[in-house]
Amino acid sequence: MKEKIKKIVEIIGLPRIIIFFFIGSLFVIAPIVGVRIDSSLNDVIVRFGMNGILVLSLIPMVKAGCGLNFGLQLGIIAGLVGAVTSIELELRGFMGFFTAIGIAIFIAVILGFLYGILLNKIKGDEMVVATYIGFSSVSFMCILWLLLPYKSPNMIWAVGGSGLRTTISLQGYWFHVLTDFLKINFGSHIVFPTGTILFFSLLSFLVWAFFKTKTGTAMAAVGSNAYYAKSCGINVNKMRMISVILSTVIAAIGIIVYQESFGFIQLYLAPLYMAFPAIAALLLGGASIKKASIKNVIIGAFLFQGILTMTPSVMNNIVQSDMSETIRIIVSNGLIVYALTRKIERER
Amino acid sequence: MMKKQVSTTTMNPFVYFLINYSVPIIFAIVVAFALPLSGLSVNNVVRELMIRISRNTFLILALLIPVMAGMGMNFGIVLGAMAGEISLIFITDWHIVGISGLLLAMLISTPIAIIFGYFAGIILNRAKGREMVTGFMVSFFMNGIYQVIVLYGMGNIIPISNPDILLPRGYGIRNAINLLSIRQVLDNLIPLKVGTIPIPVATFLFIIVLCIFIVWFKKTKLGQDMRTVGQDNEVARTSGIDVEKTRVLSIVISTVLACYGQIIFLQNIGTMNTYNSHEQVGVFAIAALLVGGASVTKANITNVFIGVILFHTMFVVSPRAGKELMGQAQLGEYFRVFVSYGVIAFSLALYAWRKRVERENERRKVMDYRKSILVKN
Repeated sequence: MKEKIKKIVEIIGLPRIIIFFFIGSLFVIAPIVGVRIDSSLNDVIVRFGMNGILVLSLIPMVKAGCGLNFGLQLGIIAGLVGAVTSIELELRGFMGFFTAIGIAIFIAVILGFLYGILLNKIKGDEMVVATYIGFSSVSFMCILWLLLPYKSPNMIWAVGGSGLRTTISLQGYWFHVLTDFLKINFGSHIVFPTGTILFFSLLSFLVWAFFKTKTGTAMAAVGSNAYYAKSCGINVNKMRMISVILSTVIAAIGIIVYQESFGFIQLYLAPLYMAFPAIAALLLGGASIKKASIKNVIIGAFLFQGILTMTPSVMNNIVQSDMSETIRIIVSNGLIVYALTRKIERER
Repeated sequence: MMKKQVSTTTMNPFVYFLINYSVPIIFAIVVAFALPLSGLSVNNVVRELMIRISRNTFLILALLIPVMAGMGMNFGIVLGAMAGEISLIFITDWHIVGISGLLLAMLISTPIAIIFGYFAGIILNRAKGREMVTGFMVSFFMNGIYQVIVLYGMGNIIPISNPDILLPRGYGIRNAINLLSIRQVLDNLIPLKVGTIPIPVATFLFIIVLCIFIVWFKKTKLGQDMRTVGQDNEVARTSGIDVEKTRVLSIVISTVLACYGQIIFLQNIGTMNTYNSHEQVGVFAIAALLVGGASVTKANITNVFIGVILFHTMFVVSPRAGKELMGQAQLGEYFRVFVSYGVIAFSLALYAWRKRVERENERRKVMDYRKSILVKN
């Protein structure tokens, strides 16, 4: 019996079990301390829609054996440029939203291509290099945000007349175009963001379908055993390259959906640490450095956002102080440390 | 692709030198351009540099020992910095002033740093081959634990009585702590001025002692063991070295040194941002070391000094240069951040690339050898 429990713990992972209990107890305590479950649940769903695609973007690279994409910020940068440009063009509604995505994809393909070349040269050390590629490109973009010749008065500093602001409001452009699309009201506290969830489902389906195609299967083969794949005549570097471009493109779309729901574009140092929550969510969903699936994305994003929304409201009511930020740091980084220290036992 | 890889081994020595030292060379060129642009006088630059060298070198030296043990750049020195900060909170609470306060802080922080270092070392042992990214994430994780201790534990479970450093709610430490009681006590312990430039003699003595310690340490049994472990884990194991223990020890020593380094750093600054002061310690120290021409597998005291001078000259001149060049000082700020991250990204990528080329060359050699045997038979 003891052996059995040990084995189950081994498979699911101790941190995950702790977190499951943590979330479970939050939901149990919530009504006792007077937090409405339905409105919390609604928050979780909205945040799930906001962040889901960013988590999804990690999948291609993990599957192709490039590890967790600590350079997610490259995709985010592409998305930011797309969003800012679409506002500069004064495009509104779905037109603005999809133009932003179009431009973002274009830039993401270029950035992903360069990123892919680099990652192919440094096989085996992707994660640590990618972290710093992400950081340095975010800080490089800080310089560009100051210098790029954007003119829209809604985006530049009022004083001085040049340089983009740190946060740009999307109100009046494409704020909530997706969230409010076909939205359904349940009672007074739940508004189901149908559009966002549909969009997420569509992208998830496309990623899933991609891995059923010939290219997708070849990519997964590269991820599970590069030497074997090579001997089967698969071009390993090309597959890795495609996966990196794909990840970057999806991340670019992801950040635009995030902004659409959030209502603001955050520039400068805001994207610096954005890779970590996404990675933590994926790991929480049961993924490892070598293995990840759409299932992991959905479970992970849901649970992770669950922690983020439930902790502040419940904690505030219990201890009268907001520990949520600290808990977020411990949970998200603890999960990543755990995944990195795990022996990759199921590696064949 | 193939051709390129072969050519790296037969590259002419000059090109090889350029690739090896590309980071310091590029950096020296950038600094050489930015220096006159900033419009700062030599006197000003030297004065500023003197302060920065004295307060940063100790932290950078703390990185050397894990490199020796083959564990790469120790992003976990942030843990040491946290230990140092915790002890500084205590001595501020107890109102212990002057040099005795500083020494007491070092004394209290030592066991804390040892515990932190031991924790980090054990985790890094479970992540062999991924030490750097893991160390980096451990430092983020510990930042959360640090917040639990300092923001929620202090004044609650851990007795803190000084209302000046406690938050108004009665527990938790304020965002900024004034370290007036130990401000520059080490720097001004032995006063000396060359021209108009004050020289912090005692701080430099600390740094020199640490340099001597590191040189001596390399020659001890433990130091030799670490180098063997750094060369090859398996060889070390067969020659009877406890690889795991040696690796943990290297991290513990590094963490303790970083803790002293952070105390020296903060006594010079004079104020402590309780929740931010340690965050960038790892990045800046590692960037400086890499600028000095070190790599993930090779770093020595010379690299530390070249690095600290080049890196901090850039730090001094870039905001001014940015202002003169583009009319925006903010630009120089961002440039500094970009360069720090960029240097690390570039050096790590360069190192990873060369490691891979070498590995493939090795494999090709083995393959050729096998082929030649097959042909003979």
